[in-house]
Amino acid sequence: MGYRSAKLIKHNLTVLSAWIFALLFFFPIFWMVLTSFKTELQAISVPPLFIFEPTLENFTLVQERSDYMSYALNSIITSFGATILALIIAIPSAYSMAFFPGRFTKDILLWMLSTKMLPAVGVLMPIYIMADAAGLLDSRTVLVIIFAFMNLPIIMWLLFSYFKEIPKEILEAGRMDGCNTWDELKHIVLPLSWGGITSAGLLSIVLAWNEAFWSINLTAADAGTLTALVASYSSPEGLFWAKLSAVSTLACAPIIVFGWFTQKQLVQGLTFGAVK
Amino acid sequence: MTKTQLIKSLQAPSIILLFLWMIVPLSMTIYFSFMRYNLMYPEREGPAGFSNYEFFLTDPALPDAVINSLILVGSVISISVVLGLLIAILIQKTFRGRGIARVMLISPFFIMPTVNALLWKNMFMNPVYGIFAFISTTFGLPVIDWLSDLPLFSVILMLSWQWTPFAILIFMTSLQSMDQDQVEAAEIEGAGFWAKFRYLTLPHLSRSIAVVIMIQAIFHLSVFAEIFVTTAGGPGYDSTNTTFLIFSQALMQFDAGVASAGGVFAIIIANIVAFFLIKSVAKGMAV
Amino acid sequence: MKKITGLIGASAIALSVAGVANAGELTIATVNNGHMIEMQKLTGHFEKANPDIKVKWVTLEEGTLRQRVTTDIATKGGQFDVMTIGMYEAPIWGKKGWLHELNFGNDYDVNDILPAMRGGLSADGKLYAAPFYGESSMIMYRKDLTDKAGMSMPDNPTWGHVADVAKAIHNPDNGVYGICLRGKPGWGDNAAFITTMANSFGARWFDENWKPQLTSPEWNHAVSFYVDLLTKYGPPGSTGNSFNEILALFNEGKCGMWIDATIAASFVSDPKQSKVANDVAYAQAPVAVTKRGANWLWAWALAVPQGTKQSEDALKFVEWATSKEYIELVGKTNGWGSVPTGTRASTYANPKFQAAANFADAEMKAIESADPSNSTQEPTPYTGVQFAAIPEFQAIGIAAGQQFTAALAGDKSVTKALYDAQVAADREMRKAGYY
Repeated sequence: MGYRSAKLIKHNLTVLSAWIFALLFFFPIFWMVLTSFKTELQAISVPPLFIFEPTLENFTLVQERSDYMSYALNSIITSFGATILALIIAIPSAYSMAFFPGRFTKDILLWMLSTKMLPAVGVLMPIYIMADAAGLLDSRTVLVIIFAFMNLPIIMWLLFSYFKEIPKEILEAGRMDGCNTWDELKHIVLPLSWGGITSAGLLSIVLAWNEAFWSINLTAADAGTLTALVASYSSPEGLFWAKLSAVSTLACAPIIVFGWFTQKQLVQGLTFGAVK
Repeated sequence: MTKTQLIKSLQAPSIILLFLWMIVPLSMTIYFSFMRYNLMYPEREGPAGFSNYEFFLTDPALPDAVINSLILVGSVISISVVLGLLIAILIQKTFRGRGIARVMLISPFFIMPTVNALLWKNMFMNPVYGIFAFISTTFGLPVIDWLSDLPLFSVILMLSWQWTPFAILIFMTSLQSMDQDQVEAAEIEGAGFWAKFRYLTLPHLSRSIAVVIMIQAIFHLSVFAEIFVTTAGGPGYDSTNTTFLIFSQALMQFDAGVASAGGVFAIIIANIVAFFLIKSVAKGMAV
Repeated sequence: MKKITGLIGASAIALSVAGVANAGELTIATVNNGHMIEMQKLTGHFEKANPDIKVKWVTLEEGTLRQRVTTDIATKGGQFDVMTIGMYEAPIWGKKGWLHELNFGNDYDVNDILPAMRGGLSADGKLYAAPFYGESSMIMYRKDLTDKAGMSMPDNPTWGHVADVAKAIHNPDNGVYGICLRGKPGWGDNAAFITTMANSFGARWFDENWKPQLTSPEWNHAVSFYVDLLTKYGPPGSTGNSFNEILALFNEGKCGMWIDATIAASFVSDPKQSKVANDVAYAQAPVAVTKRGANWLWAWALAVPQGTKQSEDALKFVEWATSKEYIELVGKTNGWGSVPTGTRASTYANPKFQAAANFADAEMKAIESADPSNSTQEPTPYTGVQFAAIPEFQAIGIAAGQQFTAALAGDKSVTKALYDAQVAADREMRKAGYY
């Protein structure tokens, strides 16, 4: 009895602290959403207002001024397109590197990550000129390509590490049963690392979604993504916290909803216990 | 053997593509770093020797910037890994509403960096109408002027808020593949939390930890938006990092030559950092 | 004649690279300030008058926009047909031949544009950008507080008097700080404001040989005065404050006095966003040893880049958006209190505007007294009041701004900060080959 109640207390304490962390981490976002329903004057009020009469004027204003749907569509197409492209390139590579490593595999992985260190500002002008010559300025294609490459090293690293976690014995057992490479990838590796692939994909989507440098610098009126929309509400002359909160809420709502739907997938990789 | 070779050839596309993706801008960067190339003066062209490097390396702000970059990377990584581990383990337990708690915990990562910075600067850290000031005055404590007195720490706080969720996400996913039989066996033998953590969880997560550290190192070495929006590198050079220095030095003048020299410098720094990280923490990466 | 050659040249360019942009579709890059948002909303009127032209907008925050359009114009990308640029870029880009010269018909009445604005947007006597709205700087103060403290604010106060008033109305226990000034580092943030102060204290950025002058006693005097004033009577967090942060403080009733862009007047006097709308009064920017350069001059202006394939339509749009008729249109649609100001003498002569804007006189006076070509006590080789219109100034302004902030935060003495700023400025000028 004593043991069980101690365990219950421990459980409850764990759950309580998990919720405390969740609330702390979420509070700024909650505050942003709350601010989006305030007037500009309420947004800067001292002390901060928790209870007030909500207004929709910021959202109406955003809708009046800019075509939210077209920005959102550009964001969806570029971030999902880039992620799918990167996953198609990365899954076979990472599989091969994880299960058939060579002498330089580790160095190659490191080198891949170091490609991310090139500061974008240094190559903005050449890339701009190249995109212009290819007729790709202000197109979604150029963003899909750039985002895919930008995220490829990260996806490679994550997949590599998830694949590595699959015990070799399982693969060997599969091979004994006569699995070929394709079967092995399809029936063992992918299902076992489904959670890992989803989380790599989700990360890639988020990173592309929030990318601001290229998506602002290479687009104009047609291919602008939600970061460009946010940039058109950030820091104008005059008070802007409430309007910015509204547009940010709109900009990250799709991705939070998407995260909500994927969170079950994230942890649904079959547990090894079940396989054994 | 031929089958292994076939599988190994699967690596080729990503390596070749990434190689192209890297080599074109990298060779451009190196090339421009030895050229006079300023957008504002298209008529001034020609080789520049090492003058771009000389200009960048003699900048009085450079030592501060390098130190700040390292502090920033080190602190954000430590905070996010420790907190990330703790939280990932906490939400391992099944409880009602765990899905909601999970989404709440990872959602800060979904916020755009500039919005993150503006949000913290204005709504939290402002010493007159921010929430922190409100909390301080409510409890009769002195109000902290975050961005002036603790500029680098403020930036670290914003980044940790954004990136701890990244660590949580990776650890949470990785914990799923932990062998529960082993855990139960250990529990039956009376292993406490620490013993389980030390001998089961940590070894299992070592590779994920290495991945989180490496990826974050790369991102935080090139932090820019958060600094630009909040402190603009000040006061003095207190929150200037190398990326911000390259920006203020070069991009404000559209001097691609000096920007490239700074870029080459940034790549070298990144590789040094990566080298030490590999040495010290990435043993878990063992291939 | 010139116009015809220009047109032929433009159409030759249009023919040679045609096919990329849709004919009759103008892409306009602009900054996200209120007046431009209004212009976006009113574009329908322009499209109705010119049925074969469609207008598309790219609206960005100031710093991002500047970087975006500079990349495009310098690489001749041709993504934008009309660009919104500032008084800093116009003369530099005009001189480089990157912009179309603006020559509009008699109806446009170019002489109605305030001379200071025309001067600041021209290079070698040619107008390269048409002002959309302009501003200077002035004092905004809380009349209720000065009255209560028994202080008066003359129309042309000295810095000494401003410090006295700040002291008298400073009351932090009640949440009111004597004076709010910009402190966030940046060439358009604290450096812009401190430059006007330094001008008035007799300082200048460069001497006739382009040598930076930041270690001069005048600079030291000005920056010391600034640091002292803001440390004693300023709000906490000044090192992170620029226009918007202070606007929020002022509108919340936390600032007794504020010296900043005249455009702020239309915000602080608007009861929808300001708690102190009825208590604000205005005066000219304070002076020390000279009136020259004591208040800044800035304009957001529309320009047509050489890279555009549709210069004719683009010029038509610029003419429309900066015309008297446009101002008339805004006045009729949104009320005369919200017309773009600071550009045309006719606006200030309009009784409807005078009635709607209680800051009209002060603003007009401030703009008229600013002269970008003669803004310092001693001669300089540059134009610009709160900046020097050379490509290097942005980097120098950022570096110096960081040092001013360091001095304000108390990290360094004023002398040391100015010395460090001087070293940074000297490096930039040397690299750019000025000496």
